[in-house]
Amino acid sequence: MDELKLYTYIAVFGSFGLYFAIAWWARAGSTKEFYVAGGGIGPLQNGMAIAADWMSAASFISMAGLIAFLGYGGSVFLMGWTGGYVLLAMLLAPYMRKHGKFTVPEFISDRYYSKTARIVAVVCLIIASLTYIIGQMKGVGVAFSRFLEVDYGLGLGIGMGVVWVYAVLGGMKGITYTQIAQYVVLIFAYTIPAIFISMQLTGNPIPQLGLGSTLADGSGVYLLDKLDMVVTDLGFKEYTTGQLGNNANMIAYTLSLMIGTAGLPHVIMRFFTVPSVKAARSSAGYALVFIALLYTVAPAVGAMARLNLMNTIEPTAGENLVYEERPQWFKDWEKTGLLKFEDKNNDGKIQYTADKATNEMVKVDRDIMVLANPAIANLPNWVIALVAAGGLAAALSTAAGLLLAISSSISHDLMKGVLTPDLSEKSELLAGRIVMTVAILVSGYLGLNPPGFAAGTVALAFGLAASSIFPALMMGIFSRKMSGTAAIWGMCSGIGITMLYVFMHKGIMFIPGTSFLGGFEPNWFFGISPNAFGAVGAAINFAVAFAVCRVTGPAPVEIQHMVDNFRTPAGGVNAAHDH
Amino acid sequence: MENNSSYWQENLRIITTCLIIWFVVSYGFGLVLVEPLNAIRLGGYKLGFWFAQQGSIVTFVALVFWYSFKMNRLDKEHGIEES
Repeated sequence: MDELKLYTYIAVFGSFGLYFAIAWWARAGSTKEFYVAGGGIGPLQNGMAIAADWMSAASFISMAGLIAFLGYGGSVFLMGWTGGYVLLAMLLAPYMRKHGKFTVPEFISDRYYSKTARIVAVVCLIIASLTYIIGQMKGVGVAFSRFLEVDYGLGLGIGMGVVWVYAVLGGMKGITYTQIAQYVVLIFAYTIPAIFISMQLTGNPIPQLGLGSTLADGSGVYLLDKLDMVVTDLGFKEYTTGQLGNNANMIAYTLSLMIGTAGLPHVIMRFFTVPSVKAARSSAGYALVFIALLYTVAPAVGAMARLNLMNTIEPTAGENLVYEERPQWFKDWEKTGLLKFEDKNNDGKIQYTADKATNEMVKVDRDIMVLANPAIANLPNWVIALVAAGGLAAALSTAAGLLLAISSSISHDLMKGVLTPDLSEKSELLAGRIVMTVAILVSGYLGLNPPGFAAGTVALAFGLAASSIFPALMMGIFSRKMSGTAAIWGMCSGIGITMLYVFMHKGIMFIPGTSFLGGFEPNWFFGISPNAFGAVGAAINFAVAFAVCRVTGPAPVEIQHMVDNFRTPAGGVNAAHDH
Repeated sequence: MENNSSYWQENLRIITTCLIIWFVVSYGFGLVLVEPLNAIRLGGYKLGFWFAQQGSIVTFVALVFWYSFKMNRLDKEHGIEES
């Protein structure tokens, strides 16, 4: 076994051991512990857990790669996936915490005094969460197969087993404490290589500052200016200005991601775990700090990886890398099929240009940038091993949060809430665990046999959350008169139109069969991308709901009193977690 | 409940202020006004590009904490803070 493999085994299985130890320590004994970790998580801890819950394989692995190749256009992901927390912190989290229930559909059911609304919410939640989780399972399988050379299916199986142990045993309580540990693992794994690379390229150890600094090669040229020059020389779009589609598309895309982020149930759910409204507000702040730590480093990782890649292939202008002298990482990634070279002009050298006819790097998968980055920059083996553990931590922590969202919506909302209301707490807890086991098996199966539309699934999750859940919750809080019938109509039309649009366009979406998540890659030649459509769906949801409310009349007076009650942090009936 | 409604109005006012700033730094500086702002440099960063990839995120963090601070104070003023 070589040194790198040994380090990787230590990092990966060492971190798994830690998660198991935490799971054993934080076993859940009641439904309250299983669903909301007993409601006693401090805001700082909750912030860290939210950050791990939120930052998935997409944030850890795919995002910097997207930015590396999109440049300025990649800003939609940076702003979209952080700006949503501003909405969540001010428009949803404090009020939903005050109302004090276990799940998102339960809030909708209370506010809209309707079992139908609850079932609609459960369906939206399950579709959004299950589609999201497939990507995480794929991420786990791929991380194992690349770093440990374990079979993809076996790797996926190990990942499923690990999640099963701490999610099923510990419920929200176990998940919360493992997510805190996973945040620590993933943030170190992300920033340490970035610090090394920033140091190498600019002499500045802080990546956020390094990105705006001059190069350390003595030329006195700014890194971003150099990058702009290198990529435009080869015919690519200028790095710091190249747009993603047009300006309107970038705005719609950013808005969809923001609303979608604020409407994802597995994130909202985490706000039920804190003891007070005050703690809900501040945990949103802490969460965003922990998320921003990775999200402000990502643009530096992306730009520096792109520059390193370009410099490897063409060290000086006109002097291209001889294929036979290519570095080891190049050969390693060629084996995976994610990097492909084709000597079109038979000169034995590598030409990498924007022109399809002469470009010889016929495939450079965006997802490899973060994973290959440490090797491209010649970093020590333990750093590469850490990246493997970090990628797994990101995928597992998100998968666990999603699994809990799914299982609680079935055991608590569908079974206890609608089908079998006389379920005892003990049976509900058991049901929750059984449902979660089934959900792990289903998502594992889907990860193993990704459906044809897998590439579009994460986009679909955001679109669905944006067009159904977010508007229903926001209107429930900010419009006292909004009625149940109107909200149901709104949710159904929002989600219906969004799904229709996505399915209409799924055929033209670019499907990268081997990427971790894919799906962020629509075909830009066809107007608004399906990914950016969630904002339109949300607008339709709002419009339909207000129109129907106007026609059918407002919510009953007691519901309006309930709204007044959860708008106020203390006073009134504080029904927090009294079941 | 009368006390409550002025509390809610004040909450709405704070949210509106925050969301205006939220909108200006991301959609304004980061997307719509990016080209004119790019003429200004912040070290190696073009200013519009900096807002899109760094500045907006930092502002979001500040906004959420500011909101939390203002609301905690407002709760106290109205005597409805949690015990």
